[in-house]
Amino acid sequence: MAGILIYSDKDKLALELITAAHQIATVLGQEIKAVAINNDAQAQVLASAGADTYIISNAEIVQADVAAVAAALQQTAEQLGIDTVLLASNRRGKELAGRLAQIMGAGCLTDIAGIKVADNKIECQRNALGGATVAIQYIAAPRKVIAIMPRAFEPAGAGTGKISHLDVAARSSGVKMLELKEKSSDSVDIEGANILVAVGEGLNSQGDLGMVETLAQKLGGVIACSKPVATDKKWLPEDRIIGLSGKKCKPELAVLLGISGQVQFTVGIRDAKTIVAVNTDENAPVNQMADYILNADLHEVVAGLNKALA
Amino acid sequence: MNIVVAMKQIPDLQQIRIRNRKPVFDDVPMTLGAIDKNALEVGVSIKESQGGKVTVLSAGNEDLEDTIKEALAAGADEALLVIDDALAVAGSDVIAMVLAAAVKKMEAAELIIFGEGSGDNYSGQVGSRVAAILDWPQVGYASSLELNGNMLRAARSLEDGEEIVEVTLPAVVTVISGINEPRIPSVTQILKAGKKPKEVLEPEDLGLQIPAEAQVLSLSNLAPESERKQVVLKSVDELVQALKNENVIGR
Repeated sequence: MAGILIYSDKDKLALELITAAHQIATVLGQEIKAVAINNDAQAQVLASAGADTYIISNAEIVQADVAAVAAALQQTAEQLGIDTVLLASNRRGKELAGRLAQIMGAGCLTDIAGIKVADNKIECQRNALGGATVAIQYIAAPRKVIAIMPRAFEPAGAGTGKISHLDVAARSSGVKMLELKEKSSDSVDIEGANILVAVGEGLNSQGDLGMVETLAQKLGGVIACSKPVATDKKWLPEDRIIGLSGKKCKPELAVLLGISGQVQFTVGIRDAKTIVAVNTDENAPVNQMADYILNADLHEVVAGLNKALA
Repeated sequence: MNIVVAMKQIPDLQQIRIRNRKPVFDDVPMTLGAIDKNALEVGVSIKESQGGKVTVLSAGNEDLEDTIKEALAAGADEALLVIDDALAVAGSDVIAMVLAAAVKKMEAAELIIFGEGSGDNYSGQVGSRVAAILDWPQVGYASSLELNGNMLRAARSLEDGEEIVEVTLPAVVTVISGINEPRIPSVTQILKAGKKPKEVLEPEDLGLQIPAEAQVLSLSNLAPESERKQVVLKSVDELVQALKNENVIGR
């Protein structure tokens, strides 16, 4: 009986994958297996969430070497007779997905936001055309690698799984990890924020960020931005970018200031509960996706709001 | 140093209209993916500082011959195009197979640079798949690159931090958009682009046949249903009132 294998180096994402795997396994009658690479503590976590977990201990397999991790997973799948592998669609996981699929001879889908099993197919939902559309796709090939977006599923609850050890050959491609500079713990997580105040290219200067920050604080939220504000102007760090190549956020309230609303941006915020758009252009596409539209200069509106919310 | 920059031809996303939730492609011009342009800029700047040649590599339909001029204008020395109608809709596995075969045909390519995701599908598979086919190491999501002989040092931008890695060429690298700001070609460069060398191949020239059955199939592709209120407000006071009514302030 074919099973489903889940893998992510991040415990939380791996737990989310167990939930996603359950959704498939219940319908297709498959077993769920997990693998932890050089991480005994993670194996405990995953087994305690109900997945039979295999530990690979081999110092030659380093996380930064995608080829080595892919080779380890491919061998795991082969030894366990598994044809479907679920990975997390964070950056590491997405990068791994293509390589693993290639060496498994598998079809692959990444950035999957939802799954439905129907008619023996694992129907996967993902953005297409830069986010203008949402596609439902499935892998027709017998072997499948599916990378699931972080937060698309709740982490799995308690269960009981066995822990075993598994031997695989290390196939390093020679990538050496020199240093991992972790982000400081005070860095802001815009995906987890309830209220976002996002600025776009309508913001006049970096100095104007101060009043926007004040507004964000008054609303109890944090600042985010469209991509050019971070990548071109470098006014805010890259981890504040909302959009296709940035973060996908679902806040209660999103206040979009001076953002025109190209699809690559809107895909990252369209799941917000309430959207306010402040823009001088009354034909800006962002107005189509807003609940409240104020066609005005954002600087005046921010100043006015800061006063009103005093 | 022979540098290959892989770029994807995509429809200009700003010009796709949605009708009855379906995307309409009529008269939508083709362009190159935005992050692909960052990849090209990386290749061209390495060439400018260290010498060598930048070949832009792409697979798609015949429109490519025109679309690729943008890359030649922005600094690529030559183009290698694999053209077939089937490639315009082919999956990542097929495109990777074609690109890898084309790289094998080129003389001693040492570095292949991709954007971290295409502008339309953003699935991010092709770079990894090409690296696997060639059995080369890969470095994804690079935010900076440093080349020293055949040693490549890169900073990778990950969700929870930055990872510094080192690898010996040949290698496949994917870059994030923050790595640089792509140059905008001058009029002279645009005019000269048409004269740069361009080799056009068909899959058969690479000994390849496009598989008849796709690995991934689509059941639907529709614009999400949007149920926004779209209330136009007149003043900040009205906005404050609206936020109060939504229970997001003054709780």
